[in-house]
Amino acid sequence: MAEMTMVEALNHALRQEMERDESVVVLGEDVGEVGGVFRVTDGLVDEFGEDRVVDTPVAEAVIVGASLGMAVNGLRPICEMQFSGFSYHAMHQIENHVARFRWRTRGRFPAPMVIRMPYGAGVRALEHHSESREVFFSHIPGLKVVIPSGPRLARSLLVSAIRDPDPVIFMEPKLLYRQFREEVPEDEEAHPLGESRVAREGSDLTVVAWGAMLPRTVEVAEEIAEEEGIEVEVVDLLTVSPLDSKPFTESVRKTGRAAVVHEAQRSWGPGGEIVARIMEDSFWYLEAPIQRITAPDVPVPFFAREEAYLPDKDRIRKGFRAALEA
Amino acid sequence: MPREEMEVAPPLEYLSILDEEGDLDQELEPDLDEEELVQMYRTMLRARRFDKLLLEWQRGGRIGTFAPVSGQEASQIGAMSAARDEDWFVPSFREIAAFLWRGGDPVDMTLYNAGWNEGVAIPEDARDFPISIPVASQLPLATGLAYAIRLRGEDDVAMTFFGDGATSEGDFHEALNFAGTFQLPVVFVCQNNQWAISVPRERQTASETLAQKGLAYGIPGIQVDGNDILAVRVAADEAVKRARAGDGPTLVECVTYRLKVHTTADDPSRYRDEEEVERWKERDPIPRFRRYLEKKGILDEGEADEMTDSVEEELGGVWEEAEERIETLGGPDVMFQHVYADLPPHLERQRKWFGTDEEENDNG
Repeated sequence: MAEMTMVEALNHALRQEMERDESVVVLGEDVGEVGGVFRVTDGLVDEFGEDRVVDTPVAEAVIVGASLGMAVNGLRPICEMQFSGFSYHAMHQIENHVARFRWRTRGRFPAPMVIRMPYGAGVRALEHHSESREVFFSHIPGLKVVIPSGPRLARSLLVSAIRDPDPVIFMEPKLLYRQFREEVPEDEEAHPLGESRVAREGSDLTVVAWGAMLPRTVEVAEEIAEEEGIEVEVVDLLTVSPLDSKPFTESVRKTGRAAVVHEAQRSWGPGGEIVARIMEDSFWYLEAPIQRITAPDVPVPFFAREEAYLPDKDRIRKGFRAALEA
Repeated sequence: MPREEMEVAPPLEYLSILDEEGDLDQELEPDLDEEELVQMYRTMLRARRFDKLLLEWQRGGRIGTFAPVSGQEASQIGAMSAARDEDWFVPSFREIAAFLWRGGDPVDMTLYNAGWNEGVAIPEDARDFPISIPVASQLPLATGLAYAIRLRGEDDVAMTFFGDGATSEGDFHEALNFAGTFQLPVVFVCQNNQWAISVPRERQTASETLAQKGLAYGIPGIQVDGNDILAVRVAADEAVKRARAGDGPTLVECVTYRLKVHTTADDPSRYRDEEEVERWKERDPIPRFRRYLEKKGILDEGEADEMTDSVEEELGGVWEEAEERIETLGGPDVMFQHVYADLPPHLERQRKWFGTDEEENDNG
């Protein structure tokens, strides 16, 4: 066991998978010698060589499109979009090919590949570096969209993503990259894709969160438990798509109240889908309107105002209050 | 049925006028107004000095990540000075020197770097685009400006800047092809600064030059010594003239060097030798141009030193002024401004909710 940051845990997963399976290759901008701008691929080129750890030209479309070609022809590519804001340069490859190659070829050519991308606000980054666009990808059938909430799960989810038979968009909340450490076991650990988890048990309110919003949501839950004896159950999605609604459905049927916390903008955001699932599956169990605690429907402001943009503990608490009191 | 060589494109030229010692090829020397030459030099000094200040402020936590310009002043000012004020300036993210040439306010640029959207408010009369971070994404925009120029029967030009890494992006190829096809008045200024973060120029493309990429799209290309401001200016003058005359776009490759970090989030010691940086420092565009101005008798040593001092003095108060401006800026609800021409009702509700104790889910 070692204490690792999320960056180190992801690096650990990549290293172990590359050791285990020689068909695993890593490609992207600056993933080689510098080990990625966040150092997630640190040291891999020294260990596995330039043929398996490829510093590419600055060209996201070919990074993704070529990864698909590699995947079809026997490799397991893990490509990196330097920031999620640059993945749009490759959106046509993702939408038109990657997501549906299995479907288009009637199962002949599946595309087992991972597209990693740091995303999200809160680190004083430049414009186009802070968006939370999980719905762009979640809306496309054929893709899996995974977002870890801590180092240990980041590692075990990335392992599963690499081994998955389908393309996975692996979104890394960069606010959590170095925010805290967790014990990560040396032995293999693979959290299944498509399985969300109860991060904190409670009986009064169900809250769904993921990524960088998860730790602060749990913190607020702990605080109000201590202060007011209200027990909030927090469900950590982990896989945004395909959505595993079982844990939050069971939870809502128990608590009768629900809220969703996400840093993506509010309208047409991921919360809409989660709320709809609750309405479809658990409407008769509800005692109050469901609350969405989200970013407003504006572009992420430059960083001087990003803290005001992101749901903070105060807004999360207000949302809880609304869900509990209504 | 022959199999023979085809002449598909004119040969590519390389241009250098002023060498590292400040010595000159007089035949190639452009005939520029002395006052303008001094202005060009002064702007180079301002850019270098401002870069240094920004770096200090970044290291001190006053501003966020930024991309220093040091080493590329000749490429930017040489090119930008060939354009008129009414021409369009379409930058990427390292164009501090070009911004200053355009009359950009260092206080605004400081606000931008300190994370305030107000810093990129474009003055009413300026034809400047905001900083563009996604690599090469600004090139198609310049192409569209140029299409409108042509359709509206104007004789303006759009000048866009980017780096060597940008030539790998689809947007670069799409923009050049479009501009070539419609013979649009665009000047594509590639600052080949040898490094795209950690990837060296020779790993970016197998092309011998970047300038030749224009030829494939029917666009004249020229490679110039990008640390020689006279050479850049001559190449840009020709490109602007061609565009203004309706004879289409040009790709100018300025061979230069990024003397500092890619951005302040980067550590170049991980991928490049200090020796290489030292070699390029000897080719620094600023002392070279100063020697030229001194040899021409346009500036004497005392005047040149005095100018350095006056630039320092001019920029000395920028941070304080920026701080004062920041004090006057609005609160979080500024983020709701300019999202649409008219704020839709749901956004109006969200704006009102901001900074109040009301619950968020009041959907009205």
